[in-house]
Amino acid sequence: MGGVHPPENKFAEKQAIKVLPPPETVVIPLSQHLGVPAVPVVEKGDKVLAGQLIAKGEAFISANIHASVSGTVVKIDSMPETSGYRKQSIVINVQGDDWAEGIDLDKSLAKECTLEPEEIIGKVHESGIVGMGGAAFPSHVKLRVPKGKKADYLIINGVECEPCLTADHRLMLEKGREIMVGISLQMKALGVERAIIGIENNKPDAIEHLSELAAEYPGVSVESLKVKYPQGAEKQLIQALVNREVPSGKLPIEVGCVVHNVGTSYAVYEAVQKNKPLVERVVTVWGTKLKQPSNFMVRIGTSVAHLIEAAGGLPEDTGKVINGGPMMGKALNDLNVPVTKGTSGILLLPEHESMRPTEQNCIRCAKCLTICPMGLEPYLLSTLAMKQRLEECERERIMDCMECGSCLYICPSGKPLLDYIRLGKQWTGKMIRERNQ
Amino acid sequence: MNVLTVSGSPHFHTGQSVSKIMYGVVFSLLPAMLVSFYFFGLAAILLTLTAVVSCMAFEFIIQKYLIKGPLTIFDGSAIITGVLLAFNVPANLPLGLVVIGSAVAIGMGKMTFGGLGKNPFNPALVGRVFLMISFPVQMTTYPEPSVFSTKLTDVVTGPTPLTFLKDGISRGQEVSELMPNLPDYANLMMGNMGGSVGEISAIALILGGVFMLFRNIISWHIPVSYLGSAAVFSAIFWFIAPETYPDPLFHLLTGGLMLGAIYMATDYSTSPMAPKGMLLFGVGCGVLTIIIRLFGAYPEGVAFSILIMNAFVPLINRGFKPKRFGEEVKNG
Repeated sequence: MGGVHPPENKFAEKQAIKVLPPPETVVIPLSQHLGVPAVPVVEKGDKVLAGQLIAKGEAFISANIHASVSGTVVKIDSMPETSGYRKQSIVINVQGDDWAEGIDLDKSLAKECTLEPEEIIGKVHESGIVGMGGAAFPSHVKLRVPKGKKADYLIINGVECEPCLTADHRLMLEKGREIMVGISLQMKALGVERAIIGIENNKPDAIEHLSELAAEYPGVSVESLKVKYPQGAEKQLIQALVNREVPSGKLPIEVGCVVHNVGTSYAVYEAVQKNKPLVERVVTVWGTKLKQPSNFMVRIGTSVAHLIEAAGGLPEDTGKVINGGPMMGKALNDLNVPVTKGTSGILLLPEHESMRPTEQNCIRCAKCLTICPMGLEPYLLSTLAMKQRLEECERERIMDCMECGSCLYICPSGKPLLDYIRLGKQWTGKMIRERNQ
Repeated sequence: MNVLTVSGSPHFHTGQSVSKIMYGVVFSLLPAMLVSFYFFGLAAILLTLTAVVSCMAFEFIIQKYLIKGPLTIFDGSAIITGVLLAFNVPANLPLGLVVIGSAVAIGMGKMTFGGLGKNPFNPALVGRVFLMISFPVQMTTYPEPSVFSTKLTDVVTGPTPLTFLKDGISRGQEVSELMPNLPDYANLMMGNMGGSVGEISAIALILGGVFMLFRNIISWHIPVSYLGSAAVFSAIFWFIAPETYPDPLFHLLTGGLMLGAIYMATDYSTSPMAPKGMLLFGVGCGVLTIIIRLFGAYPEGVAFSILIMNAFVPLINRGFKPKRFGEEVKNG
């Protein structure tokens, strides 16, 4: 249902992942995930090793945080972060590249695993793994199926439907074997027989590669999907692969599905088989005028400015820098902010593409309503939100909006539809919470 | 250091704009325009030009001196209203009346409600109906089609096929007696018949409609449900009494049905938003058109039926919502 077709512009799809050496300093925010921030377990002046636990996620929905480099903790303070706010962060000055004991840095594939499901989940929990597709929801929470529910399918998201991004694509090509092991570990943890990897058909090489590898793994299959945004949204992906619709306001487990990103599967492999916590990730650096669009394996906490330098430097006419994809990513106001566990890409837009089109009257062309993947009426929701008619917002299901941005992308009048809907969601959410108290 | 722009996502846009859509519609009207110029000659050209220029002029005057707001006369929407108003009147209508029609269309039909996108009734039809009621004689005197005539006065006039048939039947004649005096279907298809400027050629209008479909300017729902329901509804009567009621194809090819279904009923701001609502709207238009044609005082009912259905649009929008994701529980 619905969806749009923005230009794909995957400039870096042929660029192999380049491992970036640790920078001079890293800034590691204590909240890189959905949920409660982690609590520091180191102090200023402490020496830390790469892979060492530096903050503990104690709450139910939280995640551990590890040092991504070895060196000295110089500061635990609020620092600017990709959201535009300042967040409590641990700053480490890098010295050498020494890893904590027990971490296996050997690149050979470790296929065998004798751990019990609960032990696998425990490893994932310890290693601070979160959803690497962008939402950064703690993965161990998803792997523990709530009482009374049953998982039938593990769905692996290799769609990468956001234009410009190629991080998942490269990972599937270069770390396919590791991803497959990661998938089998997650299947074991969940106790499911079937896993489906969904990949858009603009990545035929990845589909072919993973299909070949999947032949060795009973119950795992690869499905090629139409190129359509937002095909990789959790609910849309489940519908496309197993034809089940997640009810409004519910989680995928309601229809027996658990969705994990390919990047997450790779992180699970590393955590369980190599004992290596989540301290690095693949980030696409993209720009039309950028010298070398690249895919980098980066230590968490490396600054965005450092990444851009590594890709050839900031082009002269850059007007906007985006953390994430062009459809859902956030524009940055400061380049000295760190890469976090959820950073899938850094995009540089030239000045003339940085501005929104001029706003005109809504001509009621109904395009926003036709393309809305959730079957909502963006034109109506934005008007209701603007007028703060929140009961009506709720009735028209404003809380179902996943903020994919298709409505604003398609609107010929250049209406800031999603801006108002976001506000409306905040207000409506607050109203619902207050009512339930 | 560059100054960075910060705005909410998404950061890409289609590049589609209101004026691109509007000029797309104007472009799609070209075949119908050329056919009308061919059959009605210089008179049709002058009429269309007058309507377009006066629609733009009235919009300019109202925006500049009454609203004192931004000027949008070049967004293409006033041009469409002008062309469609011209398409909806006889080719030899005195130009002064066209100017009056334009004033009503733009002033009363569009700007009173706040301009583009805010008007509940199709502006061109408001103008047409105003002229119809105020100047019934001039509005029902149709020139006969000929090959590009440059005559502006003393043209041969005659009834439209719908008027001819309605008059004949009311005198007690049968459809089969009347039909031989009318152009055959091939001629009706091409537009070789009496009628308003732009409504005559079904083929040219369909061509324009297909173009708009491919450019995603309109969806199929309204034209198909309008034409389909008109065909089905008129077929019922034709089956019952073929001597009193003409066949569905005749209905589809004559009068303003094609123009109405493809261009007038699909007007964005005066038609429903959700696909299901569009279908209901189209069916309403189709049924009303045939009721007026067969049982009403007027031989043609397209303009009235669309205006009547326009009035129901807010209600239809409330009742017909798109299918929400996760509404019905689908579990494999």
